[in-house]
Amino acid sequence: MELLISGITIFVLAIFVGFEIITKIPPTLHTPLMSGSNAISGITLVGAILSAGAQQTVLTTTLGFLAVVFATLNVVGGFMVTNRMLEMFKKKS
Amino acid sequence: MTEFFINIGYLIAAILFIFGLKGLTHPRTAVRGNLLGACGMLLAIVITLTDQRIVGFEVIIAGVILGAAIGAVLALKIEMTAMPELVALFNGFGGIASVLVAGAALIESTLGGGSSFVQTTVATAASGLIGAVTFWGSLVAFGKLKGIISENAMLFSGQQVINAALALIALALSAGVVMDPTNVLLYWALVTVASILGVLLVIPIGGADMPVVVALLNSYSGLAAAATGFVLSNNVLIITGSLVGASGLILTNIMCKAMNRSLTNVLFGVLAPTGGGASADEVYAGRVKSASPEEVALLFDAARRVAIVPGYGMAVSQAQHPVANLASLLTDRGIQVEYAVHPVAGRMPGHMNVLLAEADVPYESLKDMDDINPYIDQIDVALIIGANDVVNPMARTDPTSPIAGMPIIDVDKAKTVVIIKRSLSPGFAGIPNPLFALDNSLMLFGDGKKMVLDIITALKEA
Repeated sequence: MELLISGITIFVLAIFVGFEIITKIPPTLHTPLMSGSNAISGITLVGAILSAGAQQTVLTTTLGFLAVVFATLNVVGGFMVTNRMLEMFKKKS
Repeated sequence: MTEFFINIGYLIAAILFIFGLKGLTHPRTAVRGNLLGACGMLLAIVITLTDQRIVGFEVIIAGVILGAAIGAVLALKIEMTAMPELVALFNGFGGIASVLVAGAALIESTLGGGSSFVQTTVATAASGLIGAVTFWGSLVAFGKLKGIISENAMLFSGQQVINAALALIALALSAGVVMDPTNVLLYWALVTVASILGVLLVIPIGGADMPVVVALLNSYSGLAAAATGFVLSNNVLIITGSLVGASGLILTNIMCKAMNRSLTNVLFGVLAPTGGGASADEVYAGRVKSASPEEVALLFDAARRVAIVPGYGMAVSQAQHPVANLASLLTDRGIQVEYAVHPVAGRMPGHMNVLLAEADVPYESLKDMDDINPYIDQIDVALIIGANDVVNPMARTDPTSPIAGMPIIDVDKAKTVVIIKRSLSPGFAGIPNPLFALDNSLMLFGDGKKMVLDIITALKEA
């Protein structure tokens, strides 16, 4: 129960932090914001790595492998495409 | 590494994510912000690899290489006009990763034989449900944006009833997962039902409402990651998931406000003409004046201040580079050029800004609707390219119109309005636009890109 409460506390506080920061982001940067936040939501990769690496059964390893592929795609693709867009904004500023 | 150091590392990763997002508040700091986020991710991954539970790295390495290769190719090859599709697709991948991780964790917990905690099983059900809805909803959004699936709103009778029934079944299955976590089949049944629900929820939503859908699915992918964090009792997942969830919700809210519609209305309502209101013939009859590129060039020559209002049509005809060339040509002649960007112009939040940035338009000349409206009466020529509903004055004047109350760019108050458009066909809202028939309006009929190039030629010759 204690674990759940501390989890929920973190969840709620992080949402407030998110609201505070993200409301300050100008509309011009909303597309990079989406792709960038998308990249960090690939943090599920952490869980995927544990499933793929623990190799408890063939099924969990397969699920873990697929999750690693999708999450890495999200992370690498997300950060790279965000960087590509932001460089375009930067060079004129 | 001990649990203590692992958690400290995760905390640092979370801090890096927060600073990374903070960097996005200005274009100057944004590139660095994105890099900080990437560093946070790298740290989190490296720490995870030191975990004692990992017995072999070959599967992980194979997965990372495959995922990174596909991701890198997509990120480098994608056209800027296709960015909404890519973001929709990535949202979906985040969702499916959560489904798979929660599923694997559930199976692993049944192997241990010990009883799972209720919070873990609740979170597992939530991961499966939200993740599957996100994945399939995003795939449908991707298909619609890409044109594989019809962009129109697809409606059939009893849609709401079927969705409600599916949602109830999904909730019942979630309860089943919580009560009997050893029965893994219940989880996959839940994922299947949630997948169908995801498809059916997005199918009825039309193209111009996609900014809302993409933003909402972005939020879901974050919430799915947070739910997976509860499954694994992993704080960095919870923090990151909530940040992304909050970000998506804010964008969803901004998009809805910019259309003066509620989220419920976008998701479940139909944007249809209310029956009243003038027909296209009544609005346009005998009042629409068309012009040639040469005449428009003369107008520009005499202007001091010009505003360009881009819409989705600019993306479709890939006209961003010619538009930027036209603007720099005018700037060279001492004319002040600005861009007026409506929040929902295009198919995702900020879509127009990215296209214009690609065409080297300086950040400073991109103006938000709220910034430019107060002085729009000082604009000599407003050039509308590929936008329709977001400049329809009926939103202000006709309370019975389906777009009544939607904030618009008040181009009708500019001294002259030039509209580049293929025909007088209505926009997404399906209503005529009285702007085209105003005394100070000129229509330039044709393809966006070609017309802009023709104006440039005419300007150079004159």
